[in-house]
Amino acid sequence: MLEIKNVVASINGVKILKGTSLTIKPGEVHAVMGPNGSGKSTLSKLVSGHPDVEIESGDILFNGESILDDDPDIRALKGVFMAFQYPVEVPGVQNGSFLRMAYNAKRKYKGLDEVDPMDFEELIQEKLKWVGMNESFLDRPLNQGFSGGEKKRNEILQLAVLEPMLSILDETDSGLDIDALRTVSEAVNRMITKERSFLVITHYQRLLNHIVPDVVHIFSEGKIIKTGDKTLALEVEEKGYDWLLQPVS
Amino acid sequence: MKNESVLSKKKIQEMADTSYKYGFKTDIESETAPKGLSEEVIRMISKKKNEPEFMLKFRLKALKHLSKMTEPEWSNLKYPKVDLQDISYYSEPKVKKKLDSLDDVDPEILRTFEKLGIPLTEQKKLANVAVDAIFDSVSVATTFKDKLLKVGVIFCPFSEALEKYPDIVKKYLGTVVPHTDNYFACVNAAAFTEGSFVYIPKDTLCPMELSTYFRINTEETGQFERTLIVCEDNSYVSYLEGCTAPQFDTNQLHAAVVELVALDNAEIKYSTVQNWYAGDPVTGKGGIYNFVTKRGKCQGKKSKISWTQIETGSAITWKYPGCVLIGEGSIGEFYSVALTTHNQQADTGTKMIHIGKNTKSTIISKGISAGKSQNTYRGLVQMNKSAKGADNFTQCDSMLIGDKCGAHTFPYIDVRNASSTLGHEAATVKVTDEQLFYFQQRGISAEDALTTIVNGFCKDVFKKLPTEFAVEATQLLGLRLEESVG
Ligand SMILES: Nc1ncnc2c1ncn2[C@@H]1O[C@H](COP(=O)(O)OP(=O)(O)O)[C@@H](O)[C@H]1O
Ligand SMILES: [Mg+2]
Repeated sequence: MLEIKNVVASINGVKILKGTSLTIKPGEVHAVMGPNGSGKSTLSKLVSGHPDVEIESGDILFNGESILDDDPDIRALKGVFMAFQYPVEVPGVQNGSFLRMAYNAKRKYKGLDEVDPMDFEELIQEKLKWVGMNESFLDRPLNQGFSGGEKKRNEILQLAVLEPMLSILDETDSGLDIDALRTVSEAVNRMITKERSFLVITHYQRLLNHIVPDVVHIFSEGKIIKTGDKTLALEVEEKGYDWLLQPVS
Repeated sequence: MKNESVLSKKKIQEMADTSYKYGFKTDIESETAPKGLSEEVIRMISKKKNEPEFMLKFRLKALKHLSKMTEPEWSNLKYPKVDLQDISYYSEPKVKKKLDSLDDVDPEILRTFEKLGIPLTEQKKLANVAVDAIFDSVSVATTFKDKLLKVGVIFCPFSEALEKYPDIVKKYLGTVVPHTDNYFACVNAAAFTEGSFVYIPKDTLCPMELSTYFRINTEETGQFERTLIVCEDNSYVSYLEGCTAPQFDTNQLHAAVVELVALDNAEIKYSTVQNWYAGDPVTGKGGIYNFVTKRGKCQGKKSKISWTQIETGSAITWKYPGCVLIGEGSIGEFYSVALTTHNQQADTGTKMIHIGKNTKSTIISKGISAGKSQNTYRGLVQMNKSAKGADNFTQCDSMLIGDKCGAHTFPYIDVRNASSTLGHEAATVKVTDEQLFYFQQRGISAEDALTTIVNGFCKDVFKKLPTEFAVEATQLLGLRLEESVG
């Protein structure tokens, strides 16, 4: 599904990713854990094509093809989705019509007819329940004045509606209380199939109790420094990151 | 290697290079007056149009006054002074004067209208929009006249009104915008050649929206239209004005005057979508100078005048549609979207003059600046001593796209009594790369994202437009933004 091949990349001339490699197969759930500032968000921006990220070397393959030359909207249409760590507020644009616009963009890309507002409303009822939101939520301006938790639920609602092949969750757990964390995790779990892949970025282990990863990577200073199974996350939880960060002698 | 994405330089250039969609010029022989403004030229215009004596006097009085006036310096605009002697004041396409049906119209002209999407063909007539189409200075086709005449509504070219209804014209002409009002209004009073006239009799709701499309076609011909709309007691009209212009190399002056009069309980809704050629995207050369004086007089009790404008074109826009609220409890409204891109300059806003008791005004202005453009809101709210209990609400918001453009706000408030109330809100927002990226990450192109964000910003104004106009305006904004992103 996704192959990041030895990528070196910088933001504003500062090297952030220093040789990152990562391969995710269809149906796999990978977790990336690491200290703040280690470059986790930069990694998700790299894959989704954020213009701030300048790639110096390496390649990213999605379904076997390089996506480096694709604009972010093309990558999204091909099936890359990122739940933002900090979803941006867009005054004046209705949450529901934004969601429908994104949904229709995808349908159009697939050569399908666009869906009108009434059919769309019907179609998303179930997904709204998944994330524990009611319909009035759709009438509000996009992310504007949303609480931290509401913003994250909204990201997952978008994920559930757009049904991407690859979902990157960038610290979706931060800002969520226990109940919201459970709701959101359950929604994500419903989305997991044999075909879809997930890259779950988190600072804390607790999310991984709910969304259980197949593979766990520890990220530090722009690189994956250790890879293991879900027990690695528990180990980090117990000992912190420091023991891993010691230079190997 | 960089992720080429949100509005990359290359793409911006591509979009900017999309040439003006309506930038073509119809090839018809025109009969054009020699350049310059003089008593001789004015007498010629008046004679050519077979005008009544009072009209010639009105023009000559204005011409005399003009010699005492100089171009205003106070607006926030920069442009070379307009040389009135370098303009031709009259031009008419060579077509037969009296036309019974569309078949008699020069096919070349019809093709131009078609390109502009003007609903003049038989099938489009069914759209229930009456069209008084102005091609240069002479009206060539008018539709729906019969249906309107049945209920007593008069909707015709100004010259026809002078011929058929001189008394009504004489009674109201210049009563809202006198020739002494300002420099450009004075030029217009002296030299206007065509325009529209609307008269809604007592107790009549105009059965359809009235629409006029303006076009400037002959190079170096300034166009001076004059529109007069009179609504008698308990009557209503909704009037739509829309225009586009072809691409030229020399700047074109446009100095229209619009006068509205609403008597007791009458309501006039005046909507404009303006998309004149803004000039070469890089040099700014060749765009239209749009210096317009629009004013409505709420003369009657509980009368109401609403101005709604979508301003997207012109090299320079100088325009303050206003209301003089005389009748007790009368209402004035101003809803405006002004989009400037590239090198465009707009200085626009409104004047609400409260004279009568319990008069009320609402101002909602949305200015959007992109490219290297400058967008100024200038608004006056004046509450005279007599305007007891008057009320105004003003909201003027600015949106910036990119960081080379400017937004300026000059609200003037002049309150001369203690019982009036005023509310004012203002905000400036910036379209950020993060917002555009957010849309793109959900599969929506940067262009669509920008259009959506801008339309969202403007929706309070769009919803004041008649439905079909709102759709047109939304599309127009999208088109203009596409040409200009960056
Ligand atoms: N726009 C930016 N300009 C400059 N530095 C940035 C920018 N974005 C991120 N960084 C820097 O890149 C490093 C990695 O950031 P980030 O990927 O957000 O880390 P994480 O998500 O792991 O906390 C940090 O040192 C951060 O300060
Ligand atoms: Mg982060």
